[in-house]
This record gives sequence, structure tokens and C-alpha cells, in this order.
Amino acid sequence: MSHPNKKRLRRSMMFLNCQKPGLIKDPYIYRPDSIMLDLEDAVAENQKDAARYSLYHALQEIDYRGVERVVRINGLDTPHWKEDIRVCVAGGADTIRIAKTESARDVHTVEEYVLAAEKEFGRPEGSTLLMAALESCRGVLHALEVCESSDRLIGIALSGGDYTKDLQTVITGTGVELQGARQQMIIAARAAGVQCWDTVFTNLDAMDVFEEEVRMVKMMGFDGKSLVNPRQIAIVHKIFTPSQKEIIFAEKVVREIEEKKALGVGVFTVDGKMIDIAFYDGAKRTIALAKASGVYEGEL
Amino acid sequence: MEIKKAAMAGTLESSDAQVTVEPGDGTVELTIESSVIHQFGKQIRAVILETLGRLEVTSAKVKVVDKGALDCTLKARVECAVFRSNGRTESLPWGGAIR
Amino acid sequence: MMNAVGREIPDEVLKATGKKPFQGAYAYDNYEYVKAAPKVRAMIDPKRGKLVENIREALTKCEIKDGMTISFHHHFREGDYVVNMVMEEIHNMGVKGLTICASSLGKANNPIVPYIEDGTIVGIQSSGVRGKIGEAISKGRLRDLAIMRSHGGRVRAIESGEVHIDIAFIGAPTCDEYGNMRANGGKSDCGVLSYAMVDAQYADKVVAITDCLVPFPNIPASISMTQVDFVCVVEEIGNPAKIATGAAKPTTDVRKIMMADYCTQFVIHTPYFKEGFSYQTGVGGASIASTISLGKIMEERGIHMGLGLGGITTPMCQLLAKGLIGKIVDTQDFDMGAIESIKSNPNHIEISASEYADPFNKGAYVNKLDFVILASLEVDVNFNCNVVVGSDGMITGAQGGHPDTAAGAKCTIVIAPLLQGRIPAICTNVTTVTTPGETVDVVITDYGIAINPKRQDLIACMKDVKLPFCTIEELRDKAYAIVGEPDPVQFGDRVVGIIEGRDGTVLDVVREIKEYEFTDPGNFRNA
Repeated sequence: MSHPNKKRLRRSMMFLNCQKPGLIKDPYIYRPDSIMLDLEDAVAENQKDAARYSLYHALQEIDYRGVERVVRINGLDTPHWKEDIRVCVAGGADTIRIAKTESARDVHTVEEYVLAAEKEFGRPEGSTLLMAALESCRGVLHALEVCESSDRLIGIALSGGDYTKDLQTVITGTGVELQGARQQMIIAARAAGVQCWDTVFTNLDAMDVFEEEVRMVKMMGFDGKSLVNPRQIAIVHKIFTPSQKEIIFAEKVVREIEEKKALGVGVFTVDGKMIDIAFYDGAKRTIALAKASGVYEGEL
Repeated sequence: MEIKKAAMAGTLESSDAQVTVEPGDGTVELTIESSVIHQFGKQIRAVILETLGRLEVTSAKVKVVDKGALDCTLKARVECAVFRSNGRTESLPWGGAIR
Repeated sequence: MMNAVGREIPDEVLKATGKKPFQGAYAYDNYEYVKAAPKVRAMIDPKRGKLVENIREALTKCEIKDGMTISFHHHFREGDYVVNMVMEEIHNMGVKGLTICASSLGKANNPIVPYIEDGTIVGIQSSGVRGKIGEAISKGRLRDLAIMRSHGGRVRAIESGEVHIDIAFIGAPTCDEYGNMRANGGKSDCGVLSYAMVDAQYADKVVAITDCLVPFPNIPASISMTQVDFVCVVEEIGNPAKIATGAAKPTTDVRKIMMADYCTQFVIHTPYFKEGFSYQTGVGGASIASTISLGKIMEERGIHMGLGLGGITTPMCQLLAKGLIGKIVDTQDFDMGAIESIKSNPNHIEISASEYADPFNKGAYVNKLDFVILASLEVDVNFNCNVVVGSDGMITGAQGGHPDTAAGAKCTIVIAPLLQGRIPAICTNVTTVTTPGETVDVVITDYGIAINPKRQDLIACMKDVKLPFCTIEELRDKAYAIVGEPDPVQFGDRVVGIIEGRDGTVLDVVREIKEYEFTDPGNFRNA
């Protein structure tokens, strides 16, 4: 059986530098779905060790009040990742984000060390989930095999900065450079039945552009977005949480389909829209998302 | 653990602490400066001494400049400084001497 | 003796000051007294002028001598030059033993600290003291007890004759040769002269100090020539860039915005939020953010504020300009937007500190407040606030209008982030009580909102409101669970200052700071 938290709500994943005690002490106050404690790029090369001690004690002693604790470990091409995995597992991180994932083999390598650490530190085997950040053209092209690589894998995340470098372009603000990766990744994730998250948006002075981007990736099918600042959380939640109108409609669809099925009616209308059984799963998903987001208290 | 050479960890930013360890002369000599000394001096000292005790540091000069760090940060900075003084960054005793 | 907020007030302090311990925020209601009056020298001969060459001449003509009480206002805030220039001249003259009665003293006045050390200044009475002066008082450098009073309490002390000002020095952005002073139209505009108005009425001698002499008559005057003895023109009375800063950018700190949103939600669910309500807010990021978010709801619902009171910032003036506020009644301006507004908007009006907050006149504006939004360094489980003494025991802030508005408003809301670094804002006992808890109704933090159990009516209003309510004890426990339980600040024995209640009773005392000492030595060396 797969992990009960594998499919939990992950609209917002907020990056926090493990090396900054002021940042990691109470980010739950902003109510992100997940925090991403970073051992990788945000931490200076000569502070990698220091960040691990902070991480360990934060994981052990800070009550993050139900917020998922994801840790981004250093890439497999660095001398740091093995000790990163040990500290994550020993501290009891919920999920490890693998930086610069290129293939299913990378996931398998991490998985092997995670399993060893779970044994070493007496944690239940399989309790540590994994997610993969795709940061290169090769990684994006291998999206499907990454998505299907492990039962621990909850999904894939685009890392736009490194990816555009590999693509020999830059983040333009128009999104055109990320189109292919976004499409490829969401299709792969859905084919494999895992989640998919969009890359960060770093210009905090352009909140309107950010909001547009969030709307777009929501429409594309993404489950959420990596974030760099708590200011971004409310916007993501607003867009990724079903509106009351959507919830009421979904409720009607589910009820009507169940009722009409019993009567042997296949196609009918709800609020003037043609509805058939194909709408059922989508409507159920809307209600599940509403429930997880804390905006639905109905009976469905 | 023996303090083999001088080592430092942490910063002087708010909510952080900077910990310096140096080889000692058979005892633990501790200096604490803190922006919250009046209200948390006792707790800071207790946490530092407990952490040094778990790491079996019995001879060291330890200096802590605290800027309102929580206990978890104080522990992390002491451990980091002590392991740095030993040049150790791998196969650390998570959940053992570090806890 | 134990007072009504549970603070032990040493008998020797009561004896030395002749004051009573605090008996409750409204204990002096209906109190009857005769107002004090200044000594006046008549000006009949029209050939006599008021202009003096310099500060020295003004001091000589005022017959300054050892032991006098002199006063200043703080409308020039961190850009003030007046206090320093007058004190330097007094020091040069060798006058000793003075008491300064100021509406406030800030970092700009750090240069007067040596005059405390050498006995030029032996007493300080102020609504608060920031910077090096606070440090000097806390270190026991001042001969007499420092007295910290609220803005309203200061007026009471002056009007009741408890403090008698011998000479008032009033920095004026514009003034004419006969002493008509205005707050606008010069190089160092400060918007209003509210705090100084009372000094001008009650001081024996009044000296106007200006860097912009304008033709007679400079009217309508904030302070009239009828109260002014001498006019002194100097190069600069202040640094305009520090008197009025540009409008602060609305905060982007999500924590503050979150607390501001809680505050607005709370406000609109009280019965006081209705057409014509009255409102005052401080200048902190969360307070300003709550003004902005409340403004949006007022606009949506078509509800207008009848009265906006107090220290004024740009966001309030923007609501006035939009027609969402009837009148702004102003005692201090914190930014350029506020100063521009009072110059141009006829519904933006200057009042005196007495009209604002004096508990001993026949009714002040604060009594008509529906809401006041305040900040605090510490709030304890009895809702007592401390806005003066820092977590290191040092005097570092000012009561300002905090106790006055809290006592006056129907709904007093204090916004404070639960933790400042490791220091919990909600605690078992505040270091020093500066506003009594009986006047504080709601505390809003980033971790939850507590309503004073005394206000069962407000608790009932909020029954179905979706906000993170909890008890004040729960807030404290959340804080202590994160940072640990703080020890009380260690003080020396000597009392260096008193915190006066609005009515002149003793709310609390401030003791000399001392080096922290570990009480149990332990088996290691303390280097």
C-alpha cells in the first residue's frame, strides 16, 4: 500500500534557507501546505555542515503544526548528498526533494540510501517520501521514467532557473521558454499518477504577473507551485482552491449523476450544461480539493 | 570529544548565535553574551552545557554571542563548532550525541 | 504599597513624590480642582519688541536660574535641533539643577546626555525617553526621579499645577516678530503644534524659536502672541528630512498584514463599526496596514468614519481625501502626506494636547473614540501593557497617547507579534506596567486573538466570527512553548523613574539596570 500522505494537498511549497534560524523557526504561521527546507543552493558551500545541524534540530524540536516538511538535498554530483539523506531521515523529514534529477536511476540511488538510513535510524521503511526536481533538458525528457521510478515518489517539480540555462535561454517573464517543459512534465505526471509543481517566481515587485502565472499553471493541470516568499501563498491558495460556485456545481453534478445512474439516464443538464458520467471524476476531485483546502464541510 | 583546534559556527544575525570553541586547559570555560541575557541567560547556559556534555567536551574555551536564538539553534551551533574543531562532517551521530 | 495593577510601590517613592498609588483607570472621575495659572508680565508699551538676538539673550531676559523647570515639544521628532541648542547655551551659562519637562525626548536629543552627567539637568519629565537619555536614566545618572507621563497625563500635571514650567521653549516652523506661531509655511514644517499649546498657556515665560520669521500677523496662529514673551530667530530649528519622512511604503511583511486583517475583521464585527464611527491608530506597520484594509471595507459598505484622531499618517489622509472620513483631528504628523493634508484639507484640524487626551479637563477627544489600534512591547495575562521598558530593562520607549486612548476608547485593540526574536510579547507579568489592563480589550497576535474576559459583550459578538480566538493564557503558553519561560529582568534596588497613571498616581516604578548575574554558579568557569 502506498504512503497515506503521498497524495496530500500541496498547492504551496515555500522555500526556506536552513542556514537562517529566523526563517525556519515559525513559517507555519503563513499556512503553506509544505515548506521546503533547503540544504542546496541557498546554503553557501562552506556552511553545508552548519545547515544540517540546524535542520536536524528544527525537524526534531519545532512543531510545524501539520505543514509538510520537505528537505531539498544537494545534487548527486556533490560530496554532500549522502550526509544530507542521513540527517533528513534521522530528523524525520516527511519528504526529500532530489535536486537535478536526470533519470530513474538517480531516484533509485537516493532511494537506496534513504532505505539504509531508515534502517540505521530505526524509522519505518518507506516512511520517507521523495520528490524529484527536474532542472535540465535531459531530466525533462525523462519525466515519465522519473515519475514511474519509485513508490515513494510523490511527484516532480520544475526548476526553471537551471533548466533555462541548459536550454540556453533565460527566464523571460513571458513563460514561452518554459512551455515545453511544463507540458511535458504535467503530461508525464498525470500518466504516472503523481503530482506536479511549477517553478518559483522570484520578482516580488510583480505580484500581478505572478498571479497570472499561477492561473496559467492551474489551468495547465499543475498541483501547485514552489514559492520563495510568504506573500505568494495567499494568491496560490486563492487560485488553487475551488470557489464556492465551483463547489456547488460539483456537488450537484455528483448528486445528479448518482441519482440519474440509478434511473438509467445517461445524459442530462445541470445549470444548463450537458453532463454525463465523464464529469464524475472531475467533480469528485473538486470536492476532494475543497475539503483538503478547508472550504468544504458538506456531506460528499 | 577533544577540541583539537579553534572553530566557529553561526552568525550575529537576529535569532542566531555565534559559537566559538578553542582547546581548553582541562575545564570548560564558558562566556555568554546575549541580547536576551536577563530573561534567558539561565536557559542559554543550561542548553550550552548540556550540549557540550552530550558531546563529551570536558576541556574547552567556549564563547557564545547570542542574538535571541532558540534552544534548537544554540544546540546546532555548538555541535557544528565542536565537530568543525575535529574536522568531521560525515557519518555524524544524528540522534546519538547530536540530539 | 500594592496598587490596583498589583505593583508594589515603595513607600519612600510615595513619600518623596507626594503621590498616591494607582487606584484604577477611572478612580478620579468627577475630581474637582483649581487650575494653575502662569505669572505674566504685561506688555503695554507698543514701542517695546519681542525679538532677541540669540538664545543667550532670550535666556538672560527670561532670568533663567538654577533649579528652574523648562519645557520643550517633540513635533520635530528625530529632526529636532531646539532642545540641543537651548541646552548647550544653558550649559555654557553654567546654570545647574534644571528639570526638563518635555512632551517627549528622542535619539535626536542624545547630545544633552553630558548635561545630565554634570548636573545641568537633574530632572526629566517626559512621555518617554528613547536613545541615550533613556540609557542614562536607567543607569542611574539622573539626580531626581524621572517621571514618565502619557500625553494626557502631562497636560493634567501642567494644568493642575503639579509641574510649573518656568520657561517654555517652542520651536515654530513660522513666527512673526510678535510671537504668533504656526506649524506650516516654513522650511521645517511639522503640521501641528498641539503639545506646545499647553506649555504656552501655563509657562511663566514663553520663547518662540523659529528659522522662518514671517511678516506680522502670522495667522491663524497655532499659538498666539498673547502668550509669548520673546522671539528668537536661529539658522535651523530642525532637519526637515527627519521631521517628516516620506509616506512609509505599506508593509509587505505578511505577518503584519495578517495581523492587520485579523484586526479589521474584528473591528467590523463589533457593534461600534457603523456610520460615523471614530478611530485612532498608531504608526506601526500592522496599524497602518489595518487602516488600509479597513478603508477598503468602508468603501465597499459605504460606511464613513466620523472622526479620525491622533498622530496622523498618509493612509488616514487618503481616506479623508476620498470622503470616507468626516474630520481628522490632529495632534501630531508623522509624514509629509499628513502635513500636506492639514495644509490643504479644511476637514483636517489641529487641536491641543489638552483637547486630545487630558483626563482633568471637562472632556477630551479620546473619550469619544470607538476604536484605538495600538502596539505594545509586552502584554501580560491581565492585559497590562508595557511600552516603555525594553527586555534588557532599559527605558526605551514612550507612553505617548497609549494609556489615554486605551482608557477612552470603547474598543482598545493591541496588535503585537507573539515573538520578537526570543522575547515573548505575551507574558505572565510585564516588566513594567505602563497602560493598565482594565483599559485593554483585545490583543491580536500572529498566533491568535485574545479578548479581555471583562468584555463578555465583545466575546458574544465574536461567537460566530471565524478568527483564531483563544485566551490570553493560551497565547502566553504558545509563546513559552516555543522560547521557554523567561526569567524576570534583574534590576538594581534604586528607583530611577516612575510611570505615572493619567491621573498622576503611581502605576509602576522603574529601577536602575544592573549587569546580569547567574544566580547558581555551576561546575564550570564563567569567563
